[in-house]
Amino acid sequence: MADELYRLTLHAAARGLRDGTFSSVELTESLLDRIESVDGRTGAYLTVTADLALEQAADADARRASGQDGPLLGLPIALKDVLSTAGVQTTCASRILEGFIPPYDATAVTHLKNAGAVTLGKTNMDEFAMGSSNEHSAYKPVCNPWHLDKVPGGSSGGSAAAVAADECLAALGSDTGGSVRQPAALCGCVGLKPTYGRISRFGLIAFASSLDQIGVLTKDVTDAALLLGALAGHDPRDSTSADEPVPDYAGELNADIGGLRIGVAPEYFGEGLDPQVGDSVRAAINNLLGLGAAEREISLPHTAYALPTYYVIAPSEASANLARYNGVKYGLSDPQATDVDEMMARIRGRGFGSEVKRRIMIGTFALSSGYYDAYYVRAQKVRTLIKSDFETAFQDVDVIAAPVVPSPAFDLGAKLDDPVAMYQSDIMTLPASLAGLPCLSIPCGFVDGLPVGLQLIAPPFAESRLLQAARAYERARGELAAPVKAIDA
Amino acid sequence: MTTASATAYRVVIGLETHVQLRTQSKMFCGCAADYANARPNTHVCPVCLGMPGVLPVINREAVNHTIRTGLALNCEIPDYAKFDRKNYAYPDLMKWYQISQYDLPLCINGHFDVDVDGATTRVGITRVHLEEDTARLTHVTAADGSPASLIDVNRSGAPLMEIVSEPDIQTPAEAMAYGEKLRALLRWIGVSTANMEDGALRIDANISVWPQGEPIGDVKVEVKNMNSFRALGRALAFEIERQTGRRERGEAIEQETRGWDETSGATRSQRTKEYAHDYRYFPEPDLPPLHITRERVDALRAALPRMPDQVAADLIQQGAPEADVAELVQDRPLTDYSLAVIGAGASAGEAVTWIVHEFRRALNAQPNKGAAIPISPAEIASLLTLRANGSVSSTMAGEVLDEMFATGKSAEEIVQARGPQISGQDELLSIARQVIQENPQAVQDYRDGKGRALQFLMGQVMRITRGKANPRAVSTLIRTQLDAES
Amino acid sequence: MSIDRSQVDHAAELARLELSDDERERLRGELGQILQAFEALNTLDTEHIPPTAQVIPLGNVERDDVVAGSLPLDAVLDNAPRVEDGQIRVPPVLDES
Repeated sequence: MADELYRLTLHAAARGLRDGTFSSVELTESLLDRIESVDGRTGAYLTVTADLALEQAADADARRASGQDGPLLGLPIALKDVLSTAGVQTTCASRILEGFIPPYDATAVTHLKNAGAVTLGKTNMDEFAMGSSNEHSAYKPVCNPWHLDKVPGGSSGGSAAAVAADECLAALGSDTGGSVRQPAALCGCVGLKPTYGRISRFGLIAFASSLDQIGVLTKDVTDAALLLGALAGHDPRDSTSADEPVPDYAGELNADIGGLRIGVAPEYFGEGLDPQVGDSVRAAINNLLGLGAAEREISLPHTAYALPTYYVIAPSEASANLARYNGVKYGLSDPQATDVDEMMARIRGRGFGSEVKRRIMIGTFALSSGYYDAYYVRAQKVRTLIKSDFETAFQDVDVIAAPVVPSPAFDLGAKLDDPVAMYQSDIMTLPASLAGLPCLSIPCGFVDGLPVGLQLIAPPFAESRLLQAARAYERARGELAAPVKAIDA
Repeated sequence: MTTASATAYRVVIGLETHVQLRTQSKMFCGCAADYANARPNTHVCPVCLGMPGVLPVINREAVNHTIRTGLALNCEIPDYAKFDRKNYAYPDLMKWYQISQYDLPLCINGHFDVDVDGATTRVGITRVHLEEDTARLTHVTAADGSPASLIDVNRSGAPLMEIVSEPDIQTPAEAMAYGEKLRALLRWIGVSTANMEDGALRIDANISVWPQGEPIGDVKVEVKNMNSFRALGRALAFEIERQTGRRERGEAIEQETRGWDETSGATRSQRTKEYAHDYRYFPEPDLPPLHITRERVDALRAALPRMPDQVAADLIQQGAPEADVAELVQDRPLTDYSLAVIGAGASAGEAVTWIVHEFRRALNAQPNKGAAIPISPAEIASLLTLRANGSVSSTMAGEVLDEMFATGKSAEEIVQARGPQISGQDELLSIARQVIQENPQAVQDYRDGKGRALQFLMGQVMRITRGKANPRAVSTLIRTQLDAES
Repeated sequence: MSIDRSQVDHAAELARLELSDDERERLRGELGQILQAFEALNTLDTEHIPPTAQVIPLGNVERDDVVAGSLPLDAVLDNAPRVEDGQIRVPPVLDES
């Protein structure tokens, strides 16, 4: 087993460290070796901080030797490159931030460091978190560890692939419209997006500020609860972070779910859903019913409007959030330039990839004079309708069950030239994002040898309930009959 | 210069005043806001530098300062305010959007009365809102010999308040009076240093000129770069001439931004590059809205000082001369001091005049200006009493005051040490005779009807008596002597 | 909804994006297609629906006016492509303000 430490979950590894079976340095070396041997094929990492990781591991071992303990002490974790890391290049997988070394850590990163976690490096992603396939990284695509010709999903594709390929024990991602849940589903891991405001956004490089939320990608539900516990909480540096108590997610995890009311909305099981994916999700819901949960049919009538609503609001906010990248203060430069306006426009033309430019253009257009009311204000109003659909539903149910993606991972390149088709792959994750709700993806089966996920959605700040339902399902499900991952073949 | 056309044309002026607020920290981050003497880029953090992933947090005191200003300008303070992003691309704007307020500012619908030559004009205040300042650009020839612009980020994110007036102003003099009175008010309530020379107060004007009797249209010219009230007046006068001239020649007036150039005494069009302007305002998603409670507004209102207009009206009613009062209320600490002196028993009329002239002269001569006044108001009140009852002359009062500043002694002590005022007829008579004898030219001038000669002769008596003579007695004595001799 | 080239040019100018002719042409088609999809929003009656700008109801998040310190000068300038005399250098700006 010692040679496959990298395959452990967080909680299993924590036990091994606590028991003295292995050290954090041994565990970290095992993971660095694993990255060395497989990352050339997955492309999951943009930066591996091996020296820093070993230093942190040695420090964690020393802390443990001096009697300290903690749920994350000495455990190696990967960070999506959308999170600011002091002294470590942070690019958002964009050329425009090439060479940028922030002088500050994201609050989430600070929490991990304070907990004694080991940070392995920065994972690949769609540029500025815009994409659903991870093909929009300016540096390299990420391949799905289950099938290397398939996409891992996006935008946290690097984090999902790193977890699935055992290149980290767990990873942080970010979810704006499904960027944690969708790649988690396509890569067969657990992906949790908490309530908007649950984890500080300070140092999370903004894509769409009213939607962005840090999430976690893990090998099981217990790990998701452990990580969330370390990250959740109010941050005075983020005015939108919630000042709500943080429950003991891990401690409450194994509660009985008898009597839990599960909402199922026909809007999520209609046209466009791969029937095999639908069957798999249906089977998972039946599993929950077998544990004493009750099914209720609910209606979320504005679900179909989530796609246009999201693709107005997110690009609009993005068009302002990405305005600061102009070659003046950091990042890509043009030392030969003689005209400042030309320089700034040229840097932006060269530094942003096609998807980012497309969204900046959509957002600029939607906010511009004459279109603002027709697009932006209208989308904000429809956002209200989508949110109240959920509020109404949650009067009758405790969690909502749905698919995460309409179909399993597609071929690399298949949708690259068709942005609208690519945007369609988000339709089942967008509504909960627009409503700011906590939600997760948990593997529930395989279709054509590729993983698919069950999505669970809960009311604001009901992460504990969400995790309990997911954990109960996970226990009832047992080990899925999985094919061998391509990366392990 | 505009009198000929003033009858045929109507001038419409609105002012937009940017005020840097006096706070400890910047608007949305913890950098120190007082960067005046700091080295460039030393009051900078990731937030005001616009680094990726950082977030703003509202400075409560900046919000309070804005509400205080709104209350002082008779504004309504709505229950609900929010911040918005104003998008524009300029190298001094770190995020390429400015956090400002668009449709729900902190203060709306106020008014401000300004006086010019005894006539009062009520200027509407459209709104007062809060935003952040930009970085500072300077234009240099770099060490490599090529032209460059340098960015100092210290000013970026400093709290900035914008006061927008209604277009109720009709003359450059009214605009200047508005500016001067606003500056005094901002200082009075303590929200800003309001120094134009440091850029803490910047006034831009919107001005248009329309034929009398015709409706007022939308086209207006924005004039910027006025670094003093004098420049504001000159720039507006220039624009009135320029726009009137165009009207008279039948030429259109273009909507544009013009900059005032002090050296040439003219405004110039500033449209250097034809970029489209569309600020694309939208609600700032990083900042939850503000619900301004009535309790908060009431507490801020209750803690405001009495407004200068009210204090001035009281002082005038108590007999202080209007001109002196107008000058006094430019200076809140000195006004408070004067009120304390009056409270300690001095008469309002005497105290205000004496403080505005004599006391301020002595105060300004002190080496550490700006420090607290070291003399208690009661001491000044007693000096004024000694002066009123003739125990000290005006001249001597000034000297006593200087000595009070220098030694910290009380007025009584100093006067006693100097000995009483000389008003004995015999002693004064001999000194007066001596002075008349020694100054035949002045005597001649007096007889030729030159009033100043009497002043001169009196001064000579005061010099010899080291200010201890009663001036009224001296004046009577000299005149009696000279008139008797002739 | 169809978009013409001048609308693409205008948005690119507002966004300060230098785009090639090919990019502009491709974006013209894509934006048209995407804006067409947005038209679905106009099929809903939203007249009396308030807009949602922020999804979790928070308000009055303010901080005390306390100085928390700044970065060392090096950290401010380290990432800047060009620096001169302790300041960030850019090609000459024609001053408008």
